Amino acid sequence: MPLITYRDALNQALREELRRDPNVFLMGEEVGVYQGAYKVSKDLLQEFGERRIIDTPITEEGFTGVGIGAAMVGLRPVIEMMTWNFSLLAMDQIINGAAKLLYMSGGQFSIPIVVRGPGGAAHQLAAQHSQSIESWYAHVPGLKVVAPSTPYDAKGLLKSAIRDNDPVIFFEGETLYGSKGEVPAEEYTIPIGVADIKRQGTDVTLVAWSKMVMVAMKAAEQLAAEGISCEIVDPRSLRPFDNAPILASIAKTNRCVIVEEGWPYAGLGAQIAYQIQQSAFDDLDAPVTRVTGADVPMPYARNLEHLAMPSPASVVAAVREVLYRS
Amino acid sequence: MAATTTPDHISRQLGSTPKATLLDMLAKMLLGRRFEEKCAEMYALQNIGGFCHLYIGQEAVAVGALSTLRPDDAIFTSYRDHVHAIVKGCDPGRVMAELFGRRDGVSKGKGGSMHLFDRQVGLYGGHAIVGGHIPLATGVAFASKYQQTDRVTLCFFGEAAVNIGAFHESLNMAALWKLPCIYIVENNRYGMGTSIERASAIYDVAARASAYDMASETVDGMDVLAVRDCVGRAVERVRSEHAPTLIEARCYRFMGHSMSDPVHGHYRTKEEVEEQKLQDPIKAYFGRLLAAGLIDQNGLLELDREARETVERAIRFAEASPEPSADDLYADVYAEPYGPFRKSEA
Ligand SMILES: Cc1ncc(C[n+]2csc(CCOP(=O)(O)OP(=O)(O)O)c2C)c(N)n1
Repeated sequence: MPLITYRDALNQALREELRRDPNVFLMGEEVGVYQGAYKVSKDLLQEFGERRIIDTPITEEGFTGVGIGAAMVGLRPVIEMMTWNFSLLAMDQIINGAAKLLYMSGGQFSIPIVVRGPGGAAHQLAAQHSQSIESWYAHVPGLKVVAPSTPYDAKGLLKSAIRDNDPVIFFEGETLYGSKGEVPAEEYTIPIGVADIKRQGTDVTLVAWSKMVMVAMKAAEQLAAEGISCEIVDPRSLRPFDNAPILASIAKTNRCVIVEEGWPYAGLGAQIAYQIQQSAFDDLDAPVTRVTGADVPMPYARNLEHLAMPSPASVVAAVREVLYRS
Repeated sequence: MAATTTPDHISRQLGSTPKATLLDMLAKMLLGRRFEEKCAEMYALQNIGGFCHLYIGQEAVAVGALSTLRPDDAIFTSYRDHVHAIVKGCDPGRVMAELFGRRDGVSKGKGGSMHLFDRQVGLYGGHAIVGGHIPLATGVAFASKYQQTDRVTLCFFGEAAVNIGAFHESLNMAALWKLPCIYIVENNRYGMGTSIERASAIYDVAARASAYDMASETVDGMDVLAVRDCVGRAVERVRSEHAPTLIEARCYRFMGHSMSDPVHGHYRTKEEVEEQKLQDPIKAYFGRLLAAGLIDQNGLLELDREARETVERAIRFAEASPEPSADDLYADVYAEPYGPFRKSEA
């Protein structure tokens, strides 16, 4: 199987779907001539032309709304947010518009749109450019939210998202674009709403998505050296959420650590912990623990940034805690 | 580029518009008026809940503008949407059922007064976030261009919405990309209780189009023939040249901002409202048709009787329609069902 980057996997997904369906188009800032701020749309303008690869002014609310309007009449827009930080300007269109039009029209207008782009902290980009706000979107009925961690998942899930008839919020990991993984040359899709076991283990269940899967992996390797076996479950979709594999894993390990890049307060990890205690209370030998980003705007200073982010070391510490080995 | 419609539109329209259309416009204005008077009654009886924004006084704008469209053209409007819906072709009974929150409502009782949708007649919704629907309308126009159809999209909103970012973002893209969209500002002078003078740095709404090198026109929104004339030209222009247009229709609302407000409140005087009521668009239009010998007093009474009967039938239909079932709570959150979410039956 070819080894390609996360960025190229997304590019392949876009290219294949643009070829497959003339209703699909890509729109956003710098997606065309510049080839994408993160080069996810490399060479697409060349192949598909300006009608389908559309550079926009800096107007997140406006072009997201234009995409939603176009989706009302059956087009399948892919809207690129240069980063999710800027989606805050488009939240009215996404939450008051895309998420609600089907419901408040009594089922008349489905909105087959994908809004995608990089999320989370990169390297010292500071408070306005380093936010993991997937839980904000996952909160909203009417939206689907996806956050792939590997090139394989990224490609398969993006293809599904584009074919989906509902609005899909697609979080890419800003620091995952260069990461490599095996992606088959032949066509495949990954269904939205199906979790994946990223590592088999027996002593503790780690729940992590997007970039945090890497962090959990590193922690697991370190712990393996000490004889502690971690199982890593990546929900991949944050809404709909696939609880069963997590519960099955906890039935085996009896312990759980949730690793989330976002803030702790009212974060997605809180919801997952709730779901676990509702359904797997009797399987737990220790309280569920969360490792999250610090409850602060992201600082610029390198040392503080590291302190504000979940790290393999903080995951290792949490695992020791649920194993009562600290 | 701003132009203002001059009085010769009257003879022009009276001369070139088929009599049936002219009379139909009067009938629709009357129906809109009677429908909304009944809404006020039903609101007082609590058959209609939530916010309910009446359009009384502004009928000439919706009727004149929509008389220029093909049935397959699309419209978007704000929460003040009952009359646009009926004039675009929604069944009045289904509109009333929606206001009653019943299952046979145009939006199956899920939308209510502010969210009337009827895909079949090209009604792309009443929208309740001020200015939030302007990008959506621009998007439908974008799709017309993408799909190479000559379908036109009309987007109605109040003058207060022109201070919203979404308005400017949309006009910029529509002008830049030559989208077949016509933006109709119903300038009734007040956004809730804030007069345009207190909210806008410039009074002339149409002038804002110059920032985008977009065609614009100001029209007397109390004059249905002027609106028809003006919007008709814009529709032709947008179909042939893909040039979007901003139209400012100067009008007045005779009622409070919503049913929960008094007619004038602290922000305008009773005298002002009474004076404006002398310009009632329905009376003025009837006067012209009468002078042109196209209708007489009896003809008017006959049209009015029909309007009242239609409204009575609408009420009976709404009353007879069942409430949505508890099962409908989780219907139509997603197009593709999962978990508790399902699709509604057609
Ligand atoms: C973004 C937003 N802010 C505030 C409101 C509350 N609100 C509802 S209608 C309205 C006034 C709008 O006036 P205008 O756009 O002129 O329309 P009109 O009511 O005159 O038809 C306000 C402030 C809202 N619905 N949306």
